[in-house]
Amino acid sequence: MAGSPSHSVDLSQAMIMAPSTPSDWLIISPIIITILAGSLMVMLRARPASHAYIATISMALVVACELLLLQNVLQNGPQSMTMGRWMPPFGISFTVDAMGALLAAISGIVALAVCIYSSLDINQTGRRLGFYPFLMLLMTGVSGSFLTGDIFNLYVWFEVMLISSFGLIILGGEKAQIDGALKYAILNLMATTLFLVATGLLYGVVGTLNMADIALKVRLLPPEAPMATIGALYFVAFAMKAAAFPVNFWLPASYHTPRIVVSAVFAGLLTKVGVYALIRTLVMILPESRDQLSDIMVVVAGATMLVGTLGALAQNDVRRILGYLVIAGIGSMLAGVAIGTGPAIMGSILYAVHSILVMTALYLALGVLIRMSGGKYKLSELGGGYKASSLLSLLFLILVFAVSGLPPFSGFWPKFVLVEAALGEGHTWLTVIILVSGLLTSIAMGRVWAHSFWRGGPIGTEDGRDAAPLTGLVGTVRARAFIPISALTVFVVLMGVMPTPFFGMAQQGSYSLLSPQAYTKAVFGEVIRQKQEHHKKRTEESEGKTMSDKKEEGNHQ
Amino acid sequence: MKTLIFRTIAPFLAALMVLFSVFVTLRGHNEPGGGFIGGLIAASAFAIHGIAAGVHSVRRTLYFRPLSLAAFGLMLAGLSGLLSILFRVPFLTGLWAFPEIFGVELALSTPMFFDIGVYFVVLGALASIALTLEE
Repeated sequence: MAGSPSHSVDLSQAMIMAPSTPSDWLIISPIIITILAGSLMVMLRARPASHAYIATISMALVVACELLLLQNVLQNGPQSMTMGRWMPPFGISFTVDAMGALLAAISGIVALAVCIYSSLDINQTGRRLGFYPFLMLLMTGVSGSFLTGDIFNLYVWFEVMLISSFGLIILGGEKAQIDGALKYAILNLMATTLFLVATGLLYGVVGTLNMADIALKVRLLPPEAPMATIGALYFVAFAMKAAAFPVNFWLPASYHTPRIVVSAVFAGLLTKVGVYALIRTLVMILPESRDQLSDIMVVVAGATMLVGTLGALAQNDVRRILGYLVIAGIGSMLAGVAIGTGPAIMGSILYAVHSILVMTALYLALGVLIRMSGGKYKLSELGGGYKASSLLSLLFLILVFAVSGLPPFSGFWPKFVLVEAALGEGHTWLTVIILVSGLLTSIAMGRVWAHSFWRGGPIGTEDGRDAAPLTGLVGTVRARAFIPISALTVFVVLMGVMPTPFFGMAQQGSYSLLSPQAYTKAVFGEVIRQKQEHHKKRTEESEGKTMSDKKEEGNHQ
Repeated sequence: MKTLIFRTIAPFLAALMVLFSVFVTLRGHNEPGGGFIGGLIAASAFAIHGIAAGVHSVRRTLYFRPLSLAAFGLMLAGLSGLLSILFRVPFLTGLWAFPEIFGVELALSTPMFFDIGVYFVVLGALASIALTLEE
């Protein structure tokens, strides 16, 4: 019987013997909390009123854990915990460095904001259909992706994320939603299949799935190893997930169909997980493949930025405009990956943080506007927003400035870093495109703000004289709507006026990606120490033995 | 389905299959079996019962909603991994206890509870799908 006390075996050969500390548990806590909360809410399906509270409380707990984790990682470098005590690379490791911890914390904050807002937007039926459990399991997938240190495990978290996002996108079961969900599902399933194929090939070549182990072994591979193929497959798979040109069409076709809170979560988190996975695989694990793909990535990044911003200019549906801006942001992050230097990667990480905050906040703010205008979301039909709520129009204006990359808000610094990095590496065209896309974004979003807030009423009315006024929100609703949006906007402003801590975190993240010694040490440090100790013990033992014993031992081996 | 033979046999068959699924689940630690296949067998037992006696009867037999069973399984699996926090070992570490009950040594372990969790997840999810299709 395994583990029976009568059969004592030397566990130190296969297992990590050092006891795990509470700070190790921080790495896995977002997963555990969200899974337990999600399953609790499914069991309490008959009491949907309790869901909002359970979700908000557990999300707040997750945010607290993630902030502590972030602080720990910033102070002590990358952290790792291998499940089931098995020795890495055989056990599945969760390894988190500054980039993973930062993005996990920001995505937790965004999800908490959405939890609060959705108590307003999701009615009893939506709760009964499982909005909150799906949201929790989505966050399991998102945090799992940011925190895991095993590439097959990353695939599993992608699947968890996909399945719960299917549930969220068809919540309500309208025809348009199912149409959008189909496009979303097919493209994303293809992307995850490619991801799986690439992972299979990679496993065939290096014989390991642990990211730190792959990063070590890939650097020792013979030149004939098919790393270019694997790198290209990963690039295509994650570019699909991130909605980069030319596989971007699924995003504007599906993101406007679900409830606005669902769009907010998707726009904030899902594509950024794709970018995160791209950075993790191509920059940290397979740097040579990234170098080979660099020229293609420059073209893809430029095209994505242009397609995103031009698409935003051409649309009338505000939800679609925001969808296209998500794509434009992905282009900027890809530009950083394409350039590939330390500052460029730092720019990508900063841009991801900015994009998560600002896109979610924009969708939520739009949700309030749609609510006040009685379900209108077309630019030509909107108007009079300023008169109805000056606070909302102010928040929206800040977000417009931020998403366009104008100072003093969060979008300015990532673009600044990216432009500087692009010029430093001689990518003149990419620099021009980054700047032009910023200009086009400010035109597109300026148009949105001017049309839906500044002017008095929709098209055809003479400055709103004969337009029906927007309805205000009642007091109880107002708090739940404005607290999350204001909180996210505060973060956007903070990142703009006090960028130093964010720069520090992103810099640490990019450093640990480009030279992953600390990352691999976090995974294997304990293993190496244990093996050395074992070796020492064995040499001490064999010194006591006679020569013949040694020979016998040698024959056995 | 209204054939006499099937309707007579189905309850016995379903009961036997549920019993067998428990056996397969518990056997699974060291031999072929386990929570996944056990859950599949149990779900097909309820599907057979549903074909014979109608979905309503199965829902009454299950008492809990199938999805609640699945969620319970997920929670049980999560909690069985969480137990290791008390012993200062990483998440999902297998912990064993060998209490003697009436002179018989019983091997209790967190992997077993994890497997039971998997059993309920598979049972709940598949029974939910099967019952919806049969309705």
